[in-house]
Amino acid sequence: MAVSDLVTRQAFADAPQRGAATRLLEDERWLAAVLLLPTVVLLGLFIAYPFVEGVWLAVTNATVGVPGKFVGLANFEALWNDSIFRTAVYNTFIYTAVATVFKLGLGLWLALLLNRNFRGKAFTRAFILLPFIIPTVLSTFAWKWMFDPTFSVINWTLFHFGLIHSRINWLGEPDLALISVIIVNVWRGVPFFAISLLAGLQTINPELEEAAAIDGARAWQRFWHVTWPLLLPVTMVVMLFSIIQTFADFQLVYVLTGGGPANATQLFATYAYQIGVGTGLLSQGAAVSLAMFPFLLIVVVVQLLYIRRVEVH
Amino acid sequence: MIEGAKWRRWVYFYIPLSAFIIWLLFPFYWMLVTSVRPDRELYRPWMAPNYTPFWTLHPTLRHITDLLTGTLFIRWMANTLFIACVATLISLFCGILAGYALSRLKFRFAGALGTGIFITYLVPQTLLFIPLANIIRNFHLGDTPWALILTYPTFLIPFCTWLLMGYFKAIPRELEECARIDGATRWKAMLYIIMPIAVPGILSAGIFAFTLSWNEYIYALVFLSSAEQKTVSVGVTSELVRGDVFYWGQLMAGALLGSIPVAFIYSFFVEYYVAGLTGSVKG
Repeated sequence: MAVSDLVTRQAFADAPQRGAATRLLEDERWLAAVLLLPTVVLLGLFIAYPFVEGVWLAVTNATVGVPGKFVGLANFEALWNDSIFRTAVYNTFIYTAVATVFKLGLGLWLALLLNRNFRGKAFTRAFILLPFIIPTVLSTFAWKWMFDPTFSVINWTLFHFGLIHSRINWLGEPDLALISVIIVNVWRGVPFFAISLLAGLQTINPELEEAAAIDGARAWQRFWHVTWPLLLPVTMVVMLFSIIQTFADFQLVYVLTGGGPANATQLFATYAYQIGVGTGLLSQGAAVSLAMFPFLLIVVVVQLLYIRRVEVH
Repeated sequence: MIEGAKWRRWVYFYIPLSAFIIWLLFPFYWMLVTSVRPDRELYRPWMAPNYTPFWTLHPTLRHITDLLTGTLFIRWMANTLFIACVATLISLFCGILAGYALSRLKFRFAGALGTGIFITYLVPQTLLFIPLANIIRNFHLGDTPWALILTYPTFLIPFCTWLLMGYFKAIPRELEECARIDGATRWKAMLYIIMPIAVPGILSAGIFAFTLSWNEYIYALVFLSSAEQKTVSVGVTSELVRGDVFYWGQLMAGALLGSIPVAFIYSFFVEYYVAGLTGSVKG
């Protein structure tokens, strides 16, 4: 055996061993396929498949334990004539619209306040997010307790400020109940808006505002003509996110009122739960849920188009 | 800062900010007070002359001890912790790989897949819970933690992927190319060059995913049925209301203690959490 043989053999032993798998993974397409496999399997199994299953359920008359037969659009026809469903649709739109407007307005206000320099700013910002991070059902229970007509601390406060003279039944009267659930939804959503918009505000160069101030623009004009247009992209995205979440909300209403009194706070999701899980009419419940889909689709498409437009610019 | 007279500063800044803070934090204070208030003070109508809403002179730990010894609360906490941790790990694993592939590799359908994942990110849980309950039953996963561990990634993976794509895109390609010239495989370059740089992003995604799984409600409500399997949110809201009777002291104690793990993690990683939050909507 020659010395050179030994040397080359040694060199080969040290060189990285590249098996068939490694070589395959050097190809971008194969690597991408392998990397995406777990995600595609999980999302396929628990998003795409349930969606197909949901569409199928919605066109059958299945109940719990009974597979059901194809009935066409009968479930949707029944919903169309169902007065509770109509109430739920109406409530959902009111709930989403009013809550979103207030979340945006108050969130923007809070963001502008937090965008100033003051002592304890980081601390305040951290605390303000609490309503958003604490489990919604749990904090909603605190609100339910605060709204309790007999023991309500809110009533006590209003009474002692001389604003009311008798008790207010926050969750017991139809109109008031809808207002109450909107208040809690706004309470939970404002921190999210504020912190996201604050992040947007911080990317805006303060020199722009200073320049406008030197040119004699008043505070309101500076906001409207300088800050707001620059903040608009972030605002749009945050708002569309929030609209989807609010539109499909369940837990807040489920805990506070369960959809009552007399369906005054019934939303798509609570009604779907009541029919599909409570009563066991799977196919009708699935139809109620799916009825949300067209609206959600519109919002998602708007969002995608908007993001693309912003990216192009 | 606001220019001009002192009163302006009060009217335009201090008063509104204080009002916001009180409004946003009062419910938590209320939880705390209620959970240490003895029953005989708790159930005193607000019209009563000796109603003391904002404090109690006879604080008690009874509600908390009752909650810990008389109910399955500790079990629920353990369940939630287990489910949230495993679901977060699975989602991070999938999200890192998918985020890397979608942001760094060129292949057909990359754009379409990215859009697809973004759309699943926007699918609310209430859209699919009924058919999903059927599927969970058919897979014999009903009433086990796996029903949640496998379904939570459906909203966590898209979030993690989307967030991490942003982080991966910001890392210069040259770094990876240098490693590849030195003989590293694509896989190794990803593992040893890109991943360490993306750690802050991974941390953000992980913390956010953990809080999202801790907060999830409707899947846990529908997929779990026996009291021992429940998560904190479902356990507190269903098992502590017996018939029509609300045990408010215990409920508020449960709400308070059930929030502590998220609040605890959040307090340590506020910056990462905020980065996750703002990154998630920037797209």
